[in-house]
Amino acid sequence: MTPYFNSATADGARREEPETKRAEPRADDAPAHEADAKPIKGKVRKLNLFYGDTQALFDINLDLVERQVTALIGPSGCGKSSFLRCLNRMNDLVPSVRVEGDVIIDGQDIYARSVDVVQLRARIGMVFQKPNPFPKSIYENIAYAPRIHGLARNRSEMDELVEHALRRAGLWKEVADRLDTPGTALSGGQQQRLCIARAVAVNPELILMDEPASALDPVATATIEELIAELRRNYTIVIVTHNLQQAARVANYTAFFHLGRLVEYGETETMFVNPREKKTEDYITGRFG
Amino acid sequence: MSKSATSEATSSGSFEASARLRRRHRAERRFQAACITALSIAGAFLVLFFSDMIRTGYSAFLQTEVQVEIEYPQPEEYWLAIDSDMRDFVSRGFTRQLPRMLKANPELIGQTRTEWVLAKADVDQFRKGHEDALDPEVAERARALEDAGRLRFSFNHWLFTQGDSKLPELAGLKSAIVGSIYVLALTLAFAFPIGVMTAVYLEEFAPDNRFTQAIEININNLAAVPSILFGLLGLAIFINFFGVPRSSAIAGGLTLGLMTLPIIIISTRAALRAVPHAIREGALAMGATRWQTVRDHVLPMSLPGILTGTIIGLAQAMGETAPLLLIGMIAYIPDAPGSLTEAATVLPAQIFTWAGMPEQAYVSRTAAAILILLAVLIALNATAVYLRRRFERRW
Repeated sequence: MTPYFNSATADGARREEPETKRAEPRADDAPAHEADAKPIKGKVRKLNLFYGDTQALFDINLDLVERQVTALIGPSGCGKSSFLRCLNRMNDLVPSVRVEGDVIIDGQDIYARSVDVVQLRARIGMVFQKPNPFPKSIYENIAYAPRIHGLARNRSEMDELVEHALRRAGLWKEVADRLDTPGTALSGGQQQRLCIARAVAVNPELILMDEPASALDPVATATIEELIAELRRNYTIVIVTHNLQQAARVANYTAFFHLGRLVEYGETETMFVNPREKKTEDYITGRFG
Repeated sequence: MSKSATSEATSSGSFEASARLRRRHRAERRFQAACITALSIAGAFLVLFFSDMIRTGYSAFLQTEVQVEIEYPQPEEYWLAIDSDMRDFVSRGFTRQLPRMLKANPELIGQTRTEWVLAKADVDQFRKGHEDALDPEVAERARALEDAGRLRFSFNHWLFTQGDSKLPELAGLKSAIVGSIYVLALTLAFAFPIGVMTAVYLEEFAPDNRFTQAIEININNLAAVPSILFGLLGLAIFINFFGVPRSSAIAGGLTLGLMTLPIIIISTRAALRAVPHAIREGALAMGATRWQTVRDHVLPMSLPGILTGTIIGLAQAMGETAPLLLIGMIAYIPDAPGSLTEAATVLPAQIFTWAGMPEQAYVSRTAAAILILLAVLIALNATAVYLRRRFERRW
């Protein structure tokens, strides 16, 4: 890929690996796949989430492997989206929400008092279910986040950054000659890739995707899936999906949630071919959901 | 069609309308007819109102002038300028302003000229069909002048260049128009920033608790408070407590600003709420602060709605009279205010004052002033519609 990407944040993330690994001596809550010693990007330990008096997540333990795609699957209302939103603290926006437990990304507890959510969200990109480009030009859509975070010193650096992000999202060829047109004038699939480009533009540690293809037609969905497979080379991705085939196609790891509990978590292939839990098997084979 | 009653409605197999379906169609036609009747009644009242105002008011846009010989005298003897037999026709407003004119142009003194000058309101009314406006003897002479071509109508520019006057032919709207501009500018300057910032705070930043809910309910109630109470509030706070001069544009502007505030807050909140939540989430998720989210995305998207609400609030303030009664803005103000603290009046207040005058000439002037006020209000509302159309579909 382009040399641009060897930036400080990506390197810094890799350097922190040893420290991250050191912090997991407890065998009881360590997920099954840890034995294969892949670099861990994020660790979730004993995560409980409450909306007022209702508990939505129960004791979630899960490790996110660096530069891999982790899919969160499960029936509606199982807490997978709530879990995703714990990872960039978007749940903070909901009044009466309470989070217990640890979410450690690159060795840092993101719920620590010293963490600033603005800084946190700048380093964790998010793509939503419905494409939500700003009602501004394509260029402005990409340039907004780098600008507020001061990532480009001048216009030509910004141009480069925008082009780079659009190339990463596979959108450059389609929009290169019309960067001034509104982002909302693109097709649904293009809008979603614009949103992915927007998330990629700040070079995030982690990209969260909340059912990114559920509002798109099959062709656009296929394009997005190819894009996710491509992005995996550089980014750690967590994707919520309703579509089991999609999880099977794009994800290296899959986590199955049911009624707010993490039922099973492991490599996608193992899980789909040979699930450990009965519930997982029932869900995957379509017996409920 | 099937003869069986049970199968008639649904399963007759025919596409012809059953009796039941025909009844449904008839009900729809009845409802539409009722709606059209309601619309026609509303439209008829509107047409009636406008045609009556235009019929009464159009004559005020023309004013009679009379051709007279003027022998410019010394300024101290200005009343000698017009022949005594013509003094029944020439407005006293003209002779009164002669000294000032002669001082400005001394070379006129001693000259004799034939000029068209403003005629008396009675003469004007006589020519506009009110035969009894003049005594029979004067009326006779007026007819003679008319035949000699020495009376004419010209565009009533005095209506716009003169302030209020006790001489009907000289009474104009200048002081009211200037006063209205001052008052509205102040209302806007006071209510817009406070209203928008209040709404942005309540909608985007404030936690949803009992306290903010109470504030919200109170703001909604304020919008329904009779406007005269805002006049009392203005009198108590601005004039009695802060010592703002009575009758001044600043007192009026602040009072009307108080009245407009809830309208601006409510419409701004509605406009903010109409911005999709996904836009806020998108911005916040990329690490924008709440203020950046509001400033860069939410406010620009809601601006058309905010401006529309503001203009509608201003239009309401523009037509408001009741609160101004209490702060002394319904008064005889012959001169346009030169500053915000001078005594001023506004268009609707001028209409109110003129409507109470006994002379016939004020009736048509009142109607003309109403037409002008309506024209301004329609222009304001058209601006609101234009802004909404212009910015809403921009992207």
